[in-house]
Amino acid sequence: MIKKFTRFFQNFFTRFFQKRKDLKLGLYGPPNGGKTTLANRICTDWLGQEMGAVSNIAHETREVQVKEHVEIQSKGKTLKFNLVDTPGIATKIDYEDFMKSGMQEDEAKERAKEATRGVVDSIKWLDDMDSVIIVLDATKDPYTQVNITIIGNLEARKIPVLIVANKIDLKKSDMKRLEAAFPQYKVLGISAKFGKNMDDFYEELFKLVK
Amino acid sequence: MLTIQFIPYQELATLDSAKKIAKLLKIVKEQKIVMLEGKLKSSEEAELIKKTMEEIDHKFMGIEISSIAATEQKAFKEKIRSMLTTLLLGNRQGFTIIGPANLVKEIKRDPDKIHLFIHDEKSKKGIKKL
Repeated sequence: MIKKFTRFFQNFFTRFFQKRKDLKLGLYGPPNGGKTTLANRICTDWLGQEMGAVSNIAHETREVQVKEHVEIQSKGKTLKFNLVDTPGIATKIDYEDFMKSGMQEDEAKERAKEATRGVVDSIKWLDDMDSVIIVLDATKDPYTQVNITIIGNLEARKIPVLIVANKIDLKKSDMKRLEAAFPQYKVLGISAKFGKNMDDFYEELFKLVK
Repeated sequence: MLTIQFIPYQELATLDSAKKIAKLLKIVKEQKIVMLEGKLKSSEEAELIKKTMEEIDHKFMGIEISSIAATEQKAFKEKIRSMLTTLLLGNRQGFTIIGPANLVKEIKRDPDKIHLFIHDEKSKKGIKKL
């Protein structure tokens, strides 16, 4: 009880004072959902430069990356935040999967090691977030424990969440399945790669961090 | 040979989160599939993923995990009953399956049931559904 009370006040004061600084907006999700593609889209739209490298091989982002002072505008309003792109959260990492993508064994093992550290960092950074966008691949099964764990941890910390169903340009994408999986959340379909529905996305950002 | 170890709620109820996670991970690393009565807290799930990542090496590739809560999509009356049971007896509703990733290919929620697929070297596709 005392712990809960202390935590409530810690959160309250932390959030109160953080409002005066730039907000931290985190991009979370499983690997290859398109977090960095979305980060690049946001940065290109508003800063004119990309944020990080993307590839089809999982765990391309293995370190938390922060783009400071991102400023977006919609309907005459301005929103400033620090954009935090995190490595994809996974429960398993097999270096042989990287070898299937053409890597040498040593390189694959090193990448696997970096990827495990990336997952740990992503989880550690959860405490620092003010709002989070969960980026899911709309073509993939949404009922995974990683998704449930991320959402559960954000709920426990009372961090506002927007679920983004990315890759809606692909035929296999299934928005209804994602909406059914997370009925308590707004699920917004976008294609970060092609910029589809980005205006709606930016409007939702204002609602998310209000 | 495939070993499934059932862990009743009481066996972990008295342990703190760190010991609970250490115990689960130890069993999974012994190449056993854990069937746990009840669910872990979301903070424990995150901690389990962290600890798993720290232990990954060329032998241990990580885990597959899935859980189902008995209270999902139930009527209001049943949800209240479940909450009271949880308050009195602890969160023993639902269950959780955790297995080593080199043994368990995938655990799929459907969403009210769980399918567990294991690696099977002998089958043509290399996957066997349990």
